[in-house]
Amino acid sequence: MSAIYQEGKEPHPKERRIVFKNVDREGWDTSLAMYETEGGYDQLKKAVGMEPGAITDEVKKAGLRGRGGAGFPAGVKWGFLPPNNDKPVYLICNADESEPGTFKDRYIIHQDPHQLIEGMAIACFAVGANLAYIYIREEFPEGAQTLEKAIEEAHEKGYLGKNVLGSGFDLEIYVHRGAGAYICGEETGLIESLEGKRPYPRIKPPYFPAAMGLYLCPTIVNNVETLCHVKHILEVGGEEWSRIGTPNNTGTRILCVSGDVKKPGYYEVEVGSVTMGELINDLCGGLKEGRSLKAVIPGGSSAKVLRADEVFTVGRGDDTRELTIWDIPMDFDTLAACGSMAGSGGVIVIDDSRSISWVLNNINNFYAHESCGQCTPCREGSLWMKKITDRVVAGNASPSDIDTLDNVARNIDGSTICAFGVACSWPTESFIDKFRDELVSDTNLELEGELLNAEAVTAAANLR
Amino acid sequence: MSLEIPTELEKEVDERITHYPVSKRSAVLPVLHTLQHHFGFIDEEAIEWTASKLELEPIKVLEVVTFYPGFRQSAPGKYHVRVCRTLSCAMAGSYELMESICEKTGIDRSGVTHHDPIAVSPDGKFSIEFAECLASCGTGPVCLVNDDFHEAVSDVDGLLKQYK
Repeated sequence: MSAIYQEGKEPHPKERRIVFKNVDREGWDTSLAMYETEGGYDQLKKAVGMEPGAITDEVKKAGLRGRGGAGFPAGVKWGFLPPNNDKPVYLICNADESEPGTFKDRYIIHQDPHQLIEGMAIACFAVGANLAYIYIREEFPEGAQTLEKAIEEAHEKGYLGKNVLGSGFDLEIYVHRGAGAYICGEETGLIESLEGKRPYPRIKPPYFPAAMGLYLCPTIVNNVETLCHVKHILEVGGEEWSRIGTPNNTGTRILCVSGDVKKPGYYEVEVGSVTMGELINDLCGGLKEGRSLKAVIPGGSSAKVLRADEVFTVGRGDDTRELTIWDIPMDFDTLAACGSMAGSGGVIVIDDSRSISWVLNNINNFYAHESCGQCTPCREGSLWMKKITDRVVAGNASPSDIDTLDNVARNIDGSTICAFGVACSWPTESFIDKFRDELVSDTNLELEGELLNAEAVTAAANLR
Repeated sequence: MSLEIPTELEKEVDERITHYPVSKRSAVLPVLHTLQHHFGFIDEEAIEWTASKLELEPIKVLEVVTFYPGFRQSAPGKYHVRVCRTLSCAMAGSYELMESICEKTGIDRSGVTHHDPIAVSPDGKFSIEFAECLASCGTGPVCLVNDDFHEAVSDVDGLLKQYK
């Protein structure tokens, strides 16, 4: 992963780069000296002179919503720390970026590590954390090194360590590498993993990290992009920052587009300032020659799929509007009103050359591989969904298999400890809701009624 | 064969453990990473060494090794390739990339299973497995070769030539 400027990667005019200001920037490098040439760590200097609670207030005023997937307001999350707490408080940066379709934190980590460290240091000061970890996915080996080097540099300059900038505040940040498990992106799974265990998510309540997180102490877990924004919020003030974007969907966010477009890539835009149509046609250069749009997965592979010819009714009362897929502003609330979610910002575009069965099967393979196995509906169900779509793709499924598939998905959704269950069932549920005819057309009516699963036949025979 | 831990390696492990002042058990993953980086995979002795280093029962280490796809219990090739299998890379041709690398290196993936996902070339130079989403969906197909990241891979000969 190159940390230097790459030609032809200039930002699109519709972008507004704040967090990604230094990504692909000519002449930029990851050193502290470079970072300091443009006011690096000035916001940390400002922060340590403030009341910690005042920083949280700024983040609340900004309305910053988490960029990891759930879109939960970060300031409110910080506010959940118990008052009169006498236990240590920890902060964890979730850098386990692994939601299929998402590739934004990678570039922050590899090309602008000090921005993240400054954001983290400010957040730690605000919540009173003296020990923080960056949980980075194992598949970013170079990123882990880049961060460790940046931490070392920041240490030497007194931005980290004992008595940060003479404030009396101590802070150590360590990089902790995962080991290839998607479930570690779930905050309580991440915490278990950081404790050296299998990353089985914890049940909430009572294990809300803010109350009982790492080592059962109050813990804040925030995404990379979210923590970077903290620095920029402090720079301009929460109220000013909240004017970026649209009401309740404030700030900028990085949209990652992949799949069937001419120019896949990352685009930092004011939240809600571009529509799906502008994103695909302007920023990404449109669909490939001669192709038409079939579907879009708008917020990482867990987000419910949107069909190209759907009409979405959003708003209430007099404010009710009808939108086509092209009209949808890329914000949290509208995507939710359209029955999907903005999620992690990963937009996967699917054109008419793709088989829906193949796409769903690829996604089901992912979730079957990544289920942690703790809850039965998810462990068994994700594998069943994969096996059924394996059969559909191979032409060995019967039409009623699609009903079985639907039934399996709906029995996972809502029956598990963590949100993975929902995440793995939504693709199947939404693909069946919207593309049932195509899925059924890939099945074989002649196979109806046959018991096709040879393993199940053998197992049943052994039981008798 | 008994596990020999060079002094330098043990120093590195000891340093990593200091990152977890609250609980030594938190160092399981970093210690295993350090050992795997050195030995190529985690065998029973590495598990026992880690357990005694961190004052844990060996099962507490084994359960971690068997859970995480990032830890290997058998020897990979000199160069271990991980090809991203997930949707955006698959749309960009990662299955074809996997096939092409296997063909050119003589790797036979027919015996690969969920619990034994790695296949090694007959000369032991390359090994390969599919990885789930490597978070570079805009530049697929992508793969990791040891710690090197490769994007938009189209020239497989050129890729393999870099690894002698």
